[in-house]
Amino acid sequence: MFGPLICKPGSSKNNKTGPWRTESRPKFLKTNCIACNMCVVVCPEACISGQGKNTYDVDLNYCKGCGNCAAICPKKDIEMVKEEGA
Amino acid sequence: MSKTLFAPGHTACAGCGQSMAARLVLDAAGPNTIIVNNTGCLEVFSTKYPESSWEVPFIHSLFENAAAVASGVESAIKYLGKADNINIIAQGGDGSSADIGLQALSGMLERGHNILYVCYDNEAYMNTGVQRSGLTPFDTNTTTSPAGIASIGNLRPKKPMPEIANAHGIPYVAVASSGFGQDLQRKVKKALSIKGPKYIQVHAPCPLGWRHETNLTIQVAKLAVETGLYPLIEYENGALSVRRQITPKPVEEYLKTQGRFKHLLNKPEEIKKIQDIADNNIKKYGLRAEAQGV
Amino acid sequence: MKELLEGSMAVAEIVKLCKPGVISAYPITPQTHIVEELAQIVADGHLNAQFVNVESEHSAASVVLGAVATGVRAYTATSSQGLFYMAEVLYNIAGMRLPVIMTTAARAISAPINIWNDHQDVVSLRDAGWIQLHAEDIQEAVDLHLIAYRLGEDKSIMLPVMVCMDGFILTHGMETVDMPTQEQVDKFLPPYKAPYKLDVENPLTLGPLVDPEYYMEARYALNETHKEALALIPKLTAEFAKVFGRTYNGLVEGYQLKDAEKVIVAMGSVCGTIKEVIDELRAKGKKVGLLKITSLRPFPVNAIYDALKSSPKVAVIDRALSLGSFAPLSAEVKAVFFGKTKKPQNISSFVVGMGGRDITKDSIKEIFRLMNGKDKQTEFIDLKPELLKENYE
Repeated sequence: MFGPLICKPGSSKNNKTGPWRTESRPKFLKTNCIACNMCVVVCPEACISGQGKNTYDVDLNYCKGCGNCAAICPKKDIEMVKEEGA
Repeated sequence: MSKTLFAPGHTACAGCGQSMAARLVLDAAGPNTIIVNNTGCLEVFSTKYPESSWEVPFIHSLFENAAAVASGVESAIKYLGKADNINIIAQGGDGSSADIGLQALSGMLERGHNILYVCYDNEAYMNTGVQRSGLTPFDTNTTTSPAGIASIGNLRPKKPMPEIANAHGIPYVAVASSGFGQDLQRKVKKALSIKGPKYIQVHAPCPLGWRHETNLTIQVAKLAVETGLYPLIEYENGALSVRRQITPKPVEEYLKTQGRFKHLLNKPEEIKKIQDIADNNIKKYGLRAEAQGV
Repeated sequence: MKELLEGSMAVAEIVKLCKPGVISAYPITPQTHIVEELAQIVADGHLNAQFVNVESEHSAASVVLGAVATGVRAYTATSSQGLFYMAEVLYNIAGMRLPVIMTTAARAISAPINIWNDHQDVVSLRDAGWIQLHAEDIQEAVDLHLIAYRLGEDKSIMLPVMVCMDGFILTHGMETVDMPTQEQVDKFLPPYKAPYKLDVENPLTLGPLVDPEYYMEARYALNETHKEALALIPKLTAEFAKVFGRTYNGLVEGYQLKDAEKVIVAMGSVCGTIKEVIDELRAKGKKVGLLKITSLRPFPVNAIYDALKSSPKVAVIDRALSLGSFAPLSAEVKAVFFGKTKKPQNISSFVVGMGGRDITKDSIKEIFRLMNGKDKQTEFIDLKPELLKENYE
């Protein structure tokens, strides 16, 4: 007999951490983006993606609103805006 | 979502420097990687049954034995004749690497296993509530080295883990930082191209334990490097081979970003002691960038 | 093939025939000869295995944990302090359901430090979740290792197994052993096929954090699996008998039980001495018998009940202590009969042979003499009262 023992790979995707946000979320302005990819590199949740200038955006299902993407963007093309209803 | 082997949905704090670093390490290593992890924040927030963020084979056993379990995994892989194609990475925090797991780590390094050991240094036992570890910096306020009328905080300097690892005669040692993600990935790739035991220590800010805003993780990590307090260096075959050169900033710029140093800001004599540590690092490792046009 | 062998050499030989891929151990008396012999076997090219010299027992257990988790059969051995140093890893291995096989040379526990034989080390680990088998002689030690691999690696069991052999007495004793051939071993023991393992082709996460919503079922399953092992062990020993011609029950063995008025219950090498005493006393018309317990875990409740329910007087020999309470084996044997209508008139408890103190035929005869119907609780045999004092001035 076996009980809880082993997890399937990548199964954490079932846990949507988006509801963790209480204050703000990133808004990708898609105006001056140079596709440097730094926002993708720093995001602790790996929930930012993009391919080419002004295509980067965040998956709000997972974003915890930490703000590191906005802080790192060399072109200030990401703004932290108030979470609706916050 | 970007392609990654460290899936979102884990329960790390917002802005966690360790989760940034762990993802970068794993993505640099690629899918032919087995991860062996000590107990700690990373393991706890990434493998809460039934959910796991790891898209590669992953094993967690105990707090102090990742290096030994990895030695067993590596021996098994060698026995199976698959040693050339599979990366084995053993990981732990500063507590599990420098303190309780030092024995197992030392044995692994001494025996020459083909394993990369990554120490995520957030400078305290974070998962259990910010207690002091052997890698907690001088004068830091932690829950077991608190600042008060009778004490200034942690009275001991950081245990020199990169030098301790290097003293085992291993081919590659590197110090990296969550604030320099591409440099970290370069070091991981370089390490994995070398046969034998490797040690990489990654400075990983902890917004909760260090008491800073969640969006300052990268900035805080960068300041640690830019003040000389966290030299980014590489040892190859025992000799210091690479150092990231800096135009040193005063340590106070780093200390004032974090609540764990707040008690020092009105004590210039303590700040001077910490500046001495930074200055010693700058001298010892030759960190000062050559002035331009002089 | 029959050979005169030192116990350690015999164990090393059977382990070699079981073909582990990773061997890792830390030296501790009296296990050393086993591991040294295996090192020589590997060095001479007789066994293709990774031999990992670790810096502590905690790491030795961790190395074999990692190896079995990667789908490779592994082996380790230890004793006494080493067993305790690796204790948390042992509980971990059982909880992770990894079939590690380990020899424990049963030895006394510090303090005071003593390197000679008793059962304090192994009996203290009975709660760890490992299957724990005790050998009476070197032949049985050899055979139990083979059965252990087959049992632990069974898909429905997936539990680690500890084979206990009395330190020095069996590890360093000499006996004529009928050593299986490689063909016979291969017939009985197929290669290890892990139902879950670290494999880049099929990634899994082993050893997750399990919160109150899920943890209890993991431990329940462990306990249930021990019951399943109780059913499986006699089936395996029956198959063993067909291949090797030696019959074991695997759980218990009764010796002259049928009409015995006094029965001693014991584990390990002392059973050999007890059998000799029984032969002597039976020749004089005394109706005495022995119930040998081979499997301490899983604890063979039904087998013990069936064997002893009609025995008037029972004495349990403990060579371990649960300091401050009943001697451990006696407590478990008594628990078998609580609430039952058919049971012995009394079950007494004796402690003998601690720290390598010799258990002679006279010691056993003394126990039979003391089984006079009055209840004896944790009575020490061959104790020297002159060494005891009430206070330190």
